[in-house]
Amino acid sequence: MKHVNTSIRKKDYKSLVTGKPVYTDDIAPKHALVVKLIRSPHANAIVRNVKTDIAKKLPGIACVLTHSDVPKKRFTIAGQTYPEMSPYDRYILDEHVRYVGEPVVIVAGDSEEVVDKAIKTIQIEYEVLDALMDMRDAMTSSIKIHDEEDWFAHIPTGGNPEKNLVSSATQVHGDMDDAWKHCDYIVEETYHSLANQQTMMETFQTFTSIDEFGRLNVVSSTQIPFHVRRILSNALGIPKSDIRVSKPRMGGGFGAKQSSVSEVYPALVTHITGKCAKIVFTREESLIASSPRHEMEIKVKIGASKDGSIQAIDMYALSNNGAYGDHGPTTVGLVATKNISLYPNVKAFKFAYDVVYTNRMAAGAYRGYGATQGCYALESAVNELAHKMDIDPSILREKNMVKESDVLPLFNNDKIRSCSLDRCVATAKKMSDWDNTWKAVDVGNGKVRAKGMAITMQGSGIGNIDVASASIKMNDDGFVTLHVGSTDMGTGSDTTLAQVAAEALDLSIDKIKVISADTDASPYDTGSYASSTAYVTGMAVYKASEEMLELLYETAAKLLNCTTDELSFEDEIFTSGDKELSLSDLVTFVQQGKVNVSLQTSYSHKSPVSPPPFMVGIASVEVDKYTGKVSLLDYVGVVDCGVALNPNICRVQAEGGIVQGIGMALFENIQYNSKNAVINNSLMQYNIPNRQDIGTIRVEFEESYESTGPFGAKSIGEVVINTPAPAIADAIYNAVGVRLRKLPMLAQDVFEQMK
Amino acid sequence: MLVKIKVNAKVIEKDVQANTLLIDFLRDSGMYSVKRGCETSNCGLCTVLVDGKAILSCNYLAARAVGKEVVTLEGLETEALEFGNFLADEAADQCGFCNPGFIMNVLCMCKELDNPSDDEIKEYLAGNLCRCTGYEGQLRAIRNYMESTRGGQQ
Repeated sequence: MKHVNTSIRKKDYKSLVTGKPVYTDDIAPKHALVVKLIRSPHANAIVRNVKTDIAKKLPGIACVLTHSDVPKKRFTIAGQTYPEMSPYDRYILDEHVRYVGEPVVIVAGDSEEVVDKAIKTIQIEYEVLDALMDMRDAMTSSIKIHDEEDWFAHIPTGGNPEKNLVSSATQVHGDMDDAWKHCDYIVEETYHSLANQQTMMETFQTFTSIDEFGRLNVVSSTQIPFHVRRILSNALGIPKSDIRVSKPRMGGGFGAKQSSVSEVYPALVTHITGKCAKIVFTREESLIASSPRHEMEIKVKIGASKDGSIQAIDMYALSNNGAYGDHGPTTVGLVATKNISLYPNVKAFKFAYDVVYTNRMAAGAYRGYGATQGCYALESAVNELAHKMDIDPSILREKNMVKESDVLPLFNNDKIRSCSLDRCVATAKKMSDWDNTWKAVDVGNGKVRAKGMAITMQGSGIGNIDVASASIKMNDDGFVTLHVGSTDMGTGSDTTLAQVAAEALDLSIDKIKVISADTDASPYDTGSYASSTAYVTGMAVYKASEEMLELLYETAAKLLNCTTDELSFEDEIFTSGDKELSLSDLVTFVQQGKVNVSLQTSYSHKSPVSPPPFMVGIASVEVDKYTGKVSLLDYVGVVDCGVALNPNICRVQAEGGIVQGIGMALFENIQYNSKNAVINNSLMQYNIPNRQDIGTIRVEFEESYESTGPFGAKSIGEVVINTPAPAIADAIYNAVGVRLRKLPMLAQDVFEQMK
Repeated sequence: MLVKIKVNAKVIEKDVQANTLLIDFLRDSGMYSVKRGCETSNCGLCTVLVDGKAILSCNYLAARAVGKEVVTLEGLETEALEFGNFLADEAADQCGFCNPGFIMNVLCMCKELDNPSDDEIKEYLAGNLCRCTGYEGQLRAIRNYMESTRGGQQ
């Protein structure tokens, strides 16, 4: 292979390393109205009266909007294929505000100064209600967070606003009672993870205008242009045909921008005033009113027989969706599907969950999407089980973990075609000298070192749901414009997709120009989420390229008066006997009308399966027995993502994901104050890891070949975040015998338990 | 008040408020490489040079820069690309949003520190946050860049 499985530079690197104005806020027109939001200081309240008369009269103020100015039609901001699993439980602005930070008033004006001045004049009276902050109380509380009559769900998922339930279900596979009878060892524990923030460096930002055809034009830092078009249509009550959404370069997403967090506000302002409008969330807004991970408390019961076979797994997840149900019913499912499936040979398993409303900021999609919380819980329990059985946790895994040809009941009984997890574990153990060093080694001065391990899997797109299409146009000089609707949020997917096209068309990579993503110009794509782009969109690109190559052969045959069988294509030249036709000349002849053909192809792809990538992580920690401080010395990650389309890009995905996972494990705390507001509302208090916090990160790949993916590829984007929390938790246990079952694992918690 | 500030060797004259921050002055003047990732001087994205020293422009009044020489990444395009090539060779440019502040500080570091160790590099750049790369690819790029510039000097 010439172009895939090679580490070419990202096609947009020059503009990114020289600071070119390529992001939403950089390209917004200077005359755009500045849009700001007044947010509720109360976690649960009714907005009784909003005095806006002074503000509205201020020179330079374009509009001041309250709940009485917005359409009374509920929608969801979750970016999902229609009909969404998330309930329709939002207005743009609601009389009933349900978390501290919920927008109450939208103010738009000519400058930040005038808008700030107007905000100071606006008085809001609230009827403050008791707030429901603890998810454990949700189902029995007398506080009803969604008591509105127009709450509805397209798809029944067990939701019941009367009990503050977004979604609820139980599934059982096999005979649980019988399976427990085979267990000589059982661990039953509960693990608590928090509503971590994606914290992409570019906050939420959008600008909107009315174009020359009177349509609403939305430019936004979004992973989901096509879903945003529908969400805005729902929210504003205008037809989708009147909306166009595009995204420029993005400063990161990690799932945060799989919800329409910022788009509705400037869109409403532009819809009402006809003027261009822009919103740029502050970091504080991004940390208090956005789309973080679902806080979860997961109870795991797992049992094994004396011979080391894991026999039964029972998981119960309580998931905190916060004030609105975005991504609730779907996220929780991954707790089981991507974790119990790691041990597909258990006799029986059970999974039950309740996803509840509380008066906290609503959750959304964050890299890993439930698999992460589930991995922390199940892999921690597997480690605890190994300790109870007094065996090496890596050996318990090697005996029980998923392998090629296993059938996964939670993956629609898909038979695993590609899995090198066994090689991943072997390599990781070798890289970290696991056998000799996983148990505590006292290095003196009160410091002890040890290691911990976890394995994980994810999916590659949502099987049978995600749809991606690609269009290819052949141009003069034989260069290709590749149109996709996926959204490179910095991952390099535009480059990777160009590599797929270059390989399939046998053209140089410089000849492939990628255009993404614009709901008017791009072919349909669900968007870049669920680890779908390399695998699902990649396959669409591959198929569209194949069709283009076929079209070029047919066209060349006509021009050279031969059959396609007589043709060969190499170095951009078609040859038939002694006749030659360059690709460039072929296009020129087509453009002269010598052959009547449109040199365009388009292919829409949907995969019935979602082949899992796999990974093992081994954390090496040093714990200070006098202070409880945990220092991460080294993290080894070995990944099976099928064939790496661009190994460098895959490596950075892995390294970055691991460090996000480390942040979740050790640093990123979410605390609420007595007024129910998030305390960690700045990067001073929400501590994402810096480069001194993490030791060394070492990543290797153990290639497998996924026959349903483009050139053997599976996904890489999400699987990489899952292992750090359980691996580090067990490393701490192996070092000092302290078992922490809540995140983040702070020095004071280790210290307290050592006493 | 009307201020004159020298930015990338050109004098910019602009009416500013007493509380106008340098980052806003620069972005208003078309220096869009200067990015804002927080409001609390924690992320390093807004790093520029004032009289040759790396500072956080979100934490620096525009008026304070009067009479001083400001350099943004726009003024260091050649150097940025020289280092940027090494960053791109690791795919560590990623989303790019933190690149300008990071690269400003890397270039500064390479002038200030002679043959720094990995720990010294990490300490110098600790204030430059990045959420995409996990920092390892950036470190590889820095090592390779420093090696190449050392080679050039010999």
